Amino acid sequence: MKKEMLSLNSWIEEATRWQQSLDDFLIDYNMRELECSEEDLLAKMQAMLAVMEKSVEHGLTGVRSHSGLTGGDSKRLAEAVIGEHFVSLLGAKAMDAVIYAMAVGECNAAMGRIVAAPTAGASGVLPGVFFSLKKHCQLSDDTLARGLVVAGSIGMVIAERASLAGATGGCQAECGSAAAMAAGAAVSMLGGSAEQVGTAVAIVFKNVLGLVCDPVAGLVEVPCIKRNGACALQALLAAQLALSGIGSFINADEAIDAMKSVGDSLPCALKETAGGGMATTPSALAWAKEYFAKAHK
Amino acid sequence: MNLIDIIGPVMIGPSSSHTAGAVRLGLLAASILGGKPVKAEINLHGSFAETYQGHGTDMALLAGLMGWMPDDERIPRAEKYAEESGLVYSFHKIDLGNMAHPNTVLFKLTSAGGSYCEIVGSSVGGGQVKVTEIDGFPVELTGRLPAILTVHIDTRGVIALVTSTLANAGVNIATMRLFRSDKGGMASMVIECDEAVPQEILNLIGALQQIESVRFIASVL
Repeated sequence: MKKEMLSLNSWIEEATRWQQSLDDFLIDYNMRELECSEEDLLAKMQAMLAVMEKSVEHGLTGVRSHSGLTGGDSKRLAEAVIGEHFVSLLGAKAMDAVIYAMAVGECNAAMGRIVAAPTAGASGVLPGVFFSLKKHCQLSDDTLARGLVVAGSIGMVIAERASLAGATGGCQAECGSAAAMAAGAAVSMLGGSAEQVGTAVAIVFKNVLGLVCDPVAGLVEVPCIKRNGACALQALLAAQLALSGIGSFINADEAIDAMKSVGDSLPCALKETAGGGMATTPSALAWAKEYFAKAHK
Repeated sequence: MNLIDIIGPVMIGPSSSHTAGAVRLGLLAASILGGKPVKAEINLHGSFAETYQGHGTDMALLAGLMGWMPDDERIPRAEKYAEESGLVYSFHKIDLGNMAHPNTVLFKLTSAGGSYCEIVGSSVGGGQVKVTEIDGFPVELTGRLPAILTVHIDTRGVIALVTSTLANAGVNIATMRLFRSDKGGMASMVIECDEAVPQEILNLIGALQQIESVRFIASVL
């Protein structure tokens, strides 16, 4: 008996055929999978959202990482926004998504408590998008919990068809997947159709395809923290396009499969081994040398 | 992976393999030792050896040895707690060869009761772990399910005796692996179960003539 691979396309088709919203459809699906009630499922999601909110707050206090390489940037950005001479290039929704995403990235780097959704390294993207939309679009806690079910379900498909690990598929599989999950959830939370959710997922992968995992000294800091911010922005862009009725020539499953094939062809040096990309620039190598010399004393 | 695997777990950063996985390896090692560790020589191989300080792998391993879970907010200060609780520890770099997983640790542990155990385990990605060697015996223990670990003499019928004891207690076996040094020599069983195994059942198994020792390893996921 061969188990069929999970497919976002077929979930979207099925939900559409039964005239069910995608979040309702996916809540039913996950209740069956986890053998739990809707109440328990959403309560579990609320609990995760509560931890995410705490991570944002902790990051915004300006925490620094143990290595000393990063920290304090989300706080700096949040202060710049309300500063006198601030030139606003992005709207408030985009800006807050970036600030919150980086805050969680900094919380993570500083050994704070986070939800690894989908991974620790990409843990800022979902909170960034979710809490910015909560603040600016007046989304209820229930809507957010339902959105998290949509995000997680998209992640399940990616995990099965491709991977969520930077070590396996590069950053496109890690922060990129987080952006796809956040984009689909954003469309769903803002009342978009099931088809538009799939479109947003596909658009994200088109835009992050090939992104490599190249952490300086192997630490989850540079360029990971800013990538969380950038990928939160990617998620909002894709959701914006999909909600505007723009389609995607490549569908969601195909886009995920393309991400997998690019991940497979990436050399090992660009998959979390610190063997290439930003990790082997002169600045990175010089810092790493000094850091390891200190660490091994 | 199900929804809960994707949206979670809650953990202390920064890395699921180098931090959360390291806590789980510590938890498994302590439960394999079967008593509170008072001395821990911790040998780190590969990427664990290179980046353990930046990822807090050292704190995470100590936290696990003290029985803490991966989301415990005391993890960044585990060193201080370990010293206070009388756990004497040391970290070393070790080269276990090219065949070893890059994130591998070799624990040499002594318990309060005086027992000693050497455990090799790897953090294989996404916080998943695998213990691969106990006192020189090859094993495979993931901590995904509660498990029992026996050391016994390789004789006819031992497996049937152990499994029927579990069956009579209503414990379902999920996976099972056997290892032996040589025919008729020392052997080991790792049995992953769908439910925790009560102490009285472990006592029954431990009382079997051919069983040298039996330990319950709680799930760490």
